[in-house]
Amino acid sequence: MPEAPFLRPPQHARTYRYDAVDREFLAERIAEFRGQVQRRLAGALTEDEFKPLRLMNGLYLQLHAYMLRVAIPYGVLNATQLRQLAYIARRWDRGWGHFTTRQNIQFNWTKLVDTPEMLEALAAVDMHAIQTSGNCIRNTTTDEFAGAAPDEVADPRVYAEILRQWSSLHPEFTWLPRKFKIAVRGAEEDRIASRTHDVAVQLKRDAAGEVGFTIHVGGGMGRTPILAQPIFDFVPEAEFLRTMEAILRVYNALGQRENIYRARIKILVRDLGRDGFLELVNAELARMPVEPYRLAPEIVQAISAHFAPPPFAPADGAAAALERATAADAEFADWVRLNTRPHRQPGYASAVISLKPVGGIPGDATAEQMEAVAELAERFGFGELRVSHTQNLVLPHVHQKHLHALWQGLRAAGLGTANFGQGTDIIACPGLDYCALANARSIPISQQISERVDALDRAFALGELQIKISGCINACGHHHVAHIGILGVDKHGAEAYQITLGGAPGNDAAIGELIGPSFSYDDVAGAVETILRTHIAQRLPGERFLDTYRRIGQAPFKEALYAAA
Amino acid sequence: MSTKAKGRTATSPVVITANRLIDGQVVWLGTGNAWMESLLQARVVAGDAAAEALAAGQAAERAQQVVGVYAADVALTPQGVRALSQKERIRAGGPSTVTPLAQAA
Repeated sequence: MPEAPFLRPPQHARTYRYDAVDREFLAERIAEFRGQVQRRLAGALTEDEFKPLRLMNGLYLQLHAYMLRVAIPYGVLNATQLRQLAYIARRWDRGWGHFTTRQNIQFNWTKLVDTPEMLEALAAVDMHAIQTSGNCIRNTTTDEFAGAAPDEVADPRVYAEILRQWSSLHPEFTWLPRKFKIAVRGAEEDRIASRTHDVAVQLKRDAAGEVGFTIHVGGGMGRTPILAQPIFDFVPEAEFLRTMEAILRVYNALGQRENIYRARIKILVRDLGRDGFLELVNAELARMPVEPYRLAPEIVQAISAHFAPPPFAPADGAAAALERATAADAEFADWVRLNTRPHRQPGYASAVISLKPVGGIPGDATAEQMEAVAELAERFGFGELRVSHTQNLVLPHVHQKHLHALWQGLRAAGLGTANFGQGTDIIACPGLDYCALANARSIPISQQISERVDALDRAFALGELQIKISGCINACGHHHVAHIGILGVDKHGAEAYQITLGGAPGNDAAIGELIGPSFSYDDVAGAVETILRTHIAQRLPGERFLDTYRRIGQAPFKEALYAAA
Repeated sequence: MSTKAKGRTATSPVVITANRLIDGQVVWLGTGNAWMESLLQARVVAGDAAAEALAAGQAAERAQQVVGVYAADVALTPQGVRALSQKERIRAGGPSTVTPLAQAA
């Protein structure tokens, strides 16, 4: 096999390491942006001229300041990178960062004049902010348990990295009709809200054990929520990029550029119909040569080497020791039960670090917390970290004998909340407190709801519950696929909140249904409590909120919410 | 661009606001057409004076001092000038939540 030296990873890298070409490119790109910033500050570029340039480098202008959105490719980062994010937060921002539903991090208090230095600091640890904005292919997202989950048939990080390299500065897809989001998963269980993406890729293996791809297309949230539909059941690995290229070409040619609200691929697929869209993709494939797009096995193998498993230790009776530790400490037992997931390696677990303290700000972490997590990742997790679309952090590989020490370290940093997948693990966008697009606040609503839900949970054990809040119809908070979704709207100049029930993001994906008229800022948290109390009164043993809702429908909830009005 | 609260008229009081180019800081047009960092230092104008102030703000935008100039509705209260929309109150006062730093403390 011919070796490609530029693809050769360092030992036990487990994150994709840039080569000299990558680093030279980033340096040139930052120098170019530095020049653009200088010309903007000198008045040689107007805002209209500068805006598309800054957006290409992840720089927005929000309510209080510029906001820099940094890409965390498929949510994978290492301890060194997290320390650098902490440094950036402290040096150029206000000492914290906000992890997003796109597995990225945002700095909300950025100064334009500082941006080139921030980008240089990112580049020093193989990070950047390119394609975190604009009508291009954005950061590909994937499963936070990739490379660890026992149900994984193939590692999605490998194909997400291939997509990253394919889509980065792709000359044909730099000016798409609208932004484009791809999600890749390697397990049957959908932990990444696949069908809410423009394209959802699921890795599978055929009878011979060869990797192939099931592809869904045309999903999205925003003002027109649509779940992606299947168009290919099993695309062979060699055909992966050619197929993606054909899908993008059809969208690029036919997407409705003239109307921003109809420009996403979901509208094109809906209008053409799944079969009509597929026909066009197949016609495009028939026109395309095969060989230039062939994904060669040696490329896949070389990239796979970047994600080689870490040097796991033997299980060494860890499971029994963990059982003894949880039996001796109820709080620790709660955290293990809720915040750890099984691992394919005997003796190991994946640990979820909740960024959702009760009453806290979803997704925010201070520089000190980032540094604490980086240290814990190095001590107990091979220095490897993930960012989940639920705005939490994950240590994917922790030996069970280290879980107690990890939990203690997390608690000392204010990060020991045991609530992954529970009602207080709320997804919330920055909302009107930061975002220029928002109509209503998300964060304080999530804080109020978190405290009410925590009290109910302690009394009534609510179990799995997904509450998600968006401050505007762009739906960054994924409210459409929440068990209880909350959408902030502007109602005659005042903040108001619509509630949807029954949405779900996973294998049973569904768009939530609007329950009725909106609630005021002061009333919405109480409305959520009313919904949950109705669930508690109506539930059968073992039922989650979603189960109860699907069994009894809207009526009892509607009556509880609006009967007194 | 302007933000108008419901029921407001062309003669209702406004302030001229924008973000400062170099750092994005929220600013308001004050006396002498200087850009101030506090709403309390903003010049409250109405009618023809509002149009003139907006024009001055737009000139500053063309001069690349600020970005996104517009008139925002305000009310004059015994405590001073008050932004009418929630968005403008948050721009003036900062996020309505405690910071993560305070939360972690």
